[in-house]
Amino acid sequence: MLADTGVTIRQADADDAVNGVRPRWVALPETVEEISAVLRACAEQDLAAVPAGGGTKLHWGAPPERCDVLIDLCCMNSLIEHAAGDLVVRAQAGLTMDALAAALAEQGQELALDPPFKEHTTVGGTLATATAGPRAFRYGTPRDLLIGITVVLPDGTVARSGGRVVKNVAGYDLGKLFTGSQGTLGVIAEATFRLHPLPAERRWLVATTAPAGDVLLRLAASQAEPSAVEIDCPDGKEATVAVLVEGAAAEQRALGLREVLGEGTITAEAPEWWGLILRDDVLLETRFPPARAADALAAAGEAGFAFRGSAAAGRAYLELWGEVAEEELAAAVTRLRGRIEALGGRLNVLATPYEGVDRWGQVSGLPLMRRVKERFDPGRRMSPGRFLGGI
Amino acid sequence: METLTAALRSLLPHDSVITDPVRLRTYECDGLTYHRATPGVVVLPDTAEQVARVVRVCNDFGVPFVARGSGTGLSGGALPREDGVLIVTSKMRRILEIDLDNRRAVVEPGVTNLAITEAVRDRGYYYAPDPSSQQVCSIGGNVAENSGGAHCLKYGFTVNHVEACEIVTPDGDLVTLDRMDPGYDLLGAFIGSEGTLGIATKITVRLSRAPEAVTTVLAAFESIEQGGQAVSAIIGAGIVPAAIEMMDALAIEAAEAAVACRYPEGAGAVLIVELDGPRAEVDEQFARLTEICSGAFELRVAAGAAERAAIWKGRKSAFAAVGRISPAYIVQDGVVPRTSLPGVLAAIDRLSHEHGIRVANVFHAGDGNLHPLVLFDDAEPGAGERAEVVSGAILDLCIEHGGSITGEHGVGVDKSRYMPKMFSADDLDTMQLVRCAFDPRGLSNPGKVFPTPRLCGEVPGVRKGVHPLVESGKAEQF
Ligand SMILES: Cc1cc2nc3c(=O)[nH]c(=O)nc-3n(C[C@H](O)[C@H](O)[C@H](O)COP(=O)(O)OP(=O)(O)OC[C@H]3O[C@@H](n4cnc5c(N)ncnc54)[C@H](O)[C@@H]3O)c2cc1C
Ligand SMILES: Cc1cc2nc3c(=O)[nH]c(=O)nc-3n(C[C@H](O)[C@H](O)[C@H](O)COP(=O)(O)OP(=O)(O)OC[C@H]3O[C@@H](n4cnc5c(N)ncnc54)[C@H](O)[C@@H]3O)c2cc1C
Repeated sequence: MLADTGVTIRQADADDAVNGVRPRWVALPETVEEISAVLRACAEQDLAAVPAGGGTKLHWGAPPERCDVLIDLCCMNSLIEHAAGDLVVRAQAGLTMDALAAALAEQGQELALDPPFKEHTTVGGTLATATAGPRAFRYGTPRDLLIGITVVLPDGTVARSGGRVVKNVAGYDLGKLFTGSQGTLGVIAEATFRLHPLPAERRWLVATTAPAGDVLLRLAASQAEPSAVEIDCPDGKEATVAVLVEGAAAEQRALGLREVLGEGTITAEAPEWWGLILRDDVLLETRFPPARAADALAAAGEAGFAFRGSAAAGRAYLELWGEVAEEELAAAVTRLRGRIEALGGRLNVLATPYEGVDRWGQVSGLPLMRRVKERFDPGRRMSPGRFLGGI
Repeated sequence: METLTAALRSLLPHDSVITDPVRLRTYECDGLTYHRATPGVVVLPDTAEQVARVVRVCNDFGVPFVARGSGTGLSGGALPREDGVLIVTSKMRRILEIDLDNRRAVVEPGVTNLAITEAVRDRGYYYAPDPSSQQVCSIGGNVAENSGGAHCLKYGFTVNHVEACEIVTPDGDLVTLDRMDPGYDLLGAFIGSEGTLGIATKITVRLSRAPEAVTTVLAAFESIEQGGQAVSAIIGAGIVPAAIEMMDALAIEAAEAAVACRYPEGAGAVLIVELDGPRAEVDEQFARLTEICSGAFELRVAAGAAERAAIWKGRKSAFAAVGRISPAYIVQDGVVPRTSLPGVLAAIDRLSHEHGIRVANVFHAGDGNLHPLVLFDDAEPGAGERAEVVSGAILDLCIEHGGSITGEHGVGVDKSRYMPKMFSADDLDTMQLVRCAFDPRGLSNPGKVFPTPRLCGEVPGVRKGVHPLVESGKAEQF
């Protein structure tokens, strides 16, 4: 069975648990074909599989209904091709984001996502969770920077879409579908991204009081073209705002932004909270129309959550610092979701130790999403039950 | 067909259901006039609810339906079905909401691309994707084709500027796909699906702030190789211009003859580079650009809007111009990695000589999107076939170099047979999983994108003369 595939397999131990569910085996494929072999064997034996990158966010999402095999992509960690002249990179899914960044920096380029380059975060995990950082305001999220993908479906089929050119409209974009799919459609094996030149300069403008809503809007619309406008408010009261400017004449443009903001210090270093999630035992993600940032901030504070995120892009993480009982959290989430949805926004619970908390709000496309899942994974073997609507 | 028509008439006002054979013929092709089919019936719904009802009726009768925006598509995507319903969005032209605070606008699918920009330009905003057909093409068509424009090198494509779409699914449900929603990115999958996954009935687009400064430069080089080297050097220097466009000698000659754009005489290639952004940044980049283009024998800088338009004029009229110097031509739309441009252009040149077919090159050099114009005389026996061979061989070159068979015009009916060259059977089958999830009965624009057997003697994409839209001044061809 699994051993016959020739892929390295080991017995799983307690450390391999996926949100409390312990797999029986860990498979360590080294090639796309090996991932395919493992998934084919899983299909034959009806084994459920969960892909894992660095394993830093395996506790995000609901626990899998069942999990026999953890497919650990750590051995698929090479950078396949960096075509600097084309501003394109192709990498295996298990490559860590900091290894990728280091290689790109040698040629003065970057993948304009802002993972804090934790040494474990992988390309595949970043895509599967679709995490976006501060500069999504300017560069978009992982789905916007991904131009080609190789995936392995639950029956072992290897499929590619997109390619290695930025401009390409041939066929459906499977990359979009797999970005943010949390391991429920198949395994991401390789990805190709468009790159950006590393900016010549970066300046942050930091002020310690959160500005009123319309100042945020004027910052976002400023012709100084900030790359990010972030707010940090750990306690629901004291807030800090930080604006990033990148490229030529950054200092001069930051001065222009200070006029808009009316105060602030200009630095060449990011504030230490920039783009970081500090605690994620209980972690919420909210999205909202950018003009409602101040309202979302207030609602989060009143509900007792720390707010940190991209005010101008309409997205923030909400952390909970203290201990909280299940019922209390469930009620807080429901109330806060009501307020955020009234602003035209969304609230999802990325991580919670409690099953009684409703992780996802209403989604108009859910029936279609279910149909997509049924087509890709009719046997419900890929991370079953991890995603919204029990997908 | 008659009971179907009766059912449609019961749903829509009388003048919104067209069955008159003469009027039906208005809709028998899109911008790719080579493919024609008279639609079984045409409907012009006014609301999303009406679109949904029409689609439900199509389901009841098991007949296919095809969405049509302005019909400017160049891949035959909106080619109707004789046994089906053509759903035209031209009555759905309301701009429903403009919300500058959130930098977005909500529009109906029939709204033209340019109308969105015109609605917000006064207040310093615009809608970034700018296909050259923007005066006429619909935003629904843009969503279906994931359209791009000269400025997508820096600003991206339609998919990067759409926040949400209300769609009618192929079985007639109204569903909103929103970037804000958690779950699968169905919005991303829908955009660029060429009408095969349903019909967009309401679109929320992102608006962009007009840049503080724009500088447009025309650089003339002795040879196309030198021009190509300059493109590489610009990218290598870490500059991402708003646009980098290139034309070869034959394209320049044609443009000159048609619009007297007065490009530098004797140029083997011209490059148009546009920089935009904060003034300080543009100035700094311009200084470096001047250095990089020191090999150019002439460098022209547009001082204002009028001079900028003059520089763009030659480039924008190149296609129409070529239509004037050749009785018939095929516009190809392929992509190669930018660094392969020199090799691919040389290979196109060889192909051109081998087959005795002239090829004029006009292209989006920044992102490797070639639009070679394969020129021939259709009165000459065998010329059409040779042109087709050259045109197909160019696509093969694109695939060989890791590129794509289409950068912006879509697959439609025109290129579906090339899909197996670019993708494996497994890749295509996997795409079909998406199709089946949305459209299990295969009623939404069947026969497009994915390969079906080709009719005998079918020549791809041949055009004669100037496109009527170009001729009437309503569209520019890029
Ligand atoms: C902008 C940004 C900001 C971030 N900020 C923080 C922060 O402040 N603090 C912090 O701790 N982390 C942060 N991260 C890191 C990030 O949240 C995770 O570490 C990362 O997204 C998960 O990577 P991983 O390789 O550990 O994935 P894992 O934890 O291994 O997996 C995460 C999920 O993805 C699935 N998955 C993994 N690999 C694949 C694959 N190849 N195919 C299919 N599914 C797969 C898993 O099944 C699981 O559902 C940030 C990341 C980004 C991009
Ligand atoms: C002179 C000229 C210049 C052009 N320049 C460019 C360019 O620079 N860049 C570029 O990308 N394209 C260009 N095009 C191609 C064309 O304009 C675009 O593809 C445009 O997006 C098509 O829009 P349309 O409204 O005309 O769509 P149509 O031609 O009517 O339809 C195109 C496709 O979209 C589908 N469709 C239409 N409306 C909907 C809807 N509401 N929901 C779902 N599917 C729908 C149709 O079924 C069809 O498959 C050009 C065309 C011409 C004639």
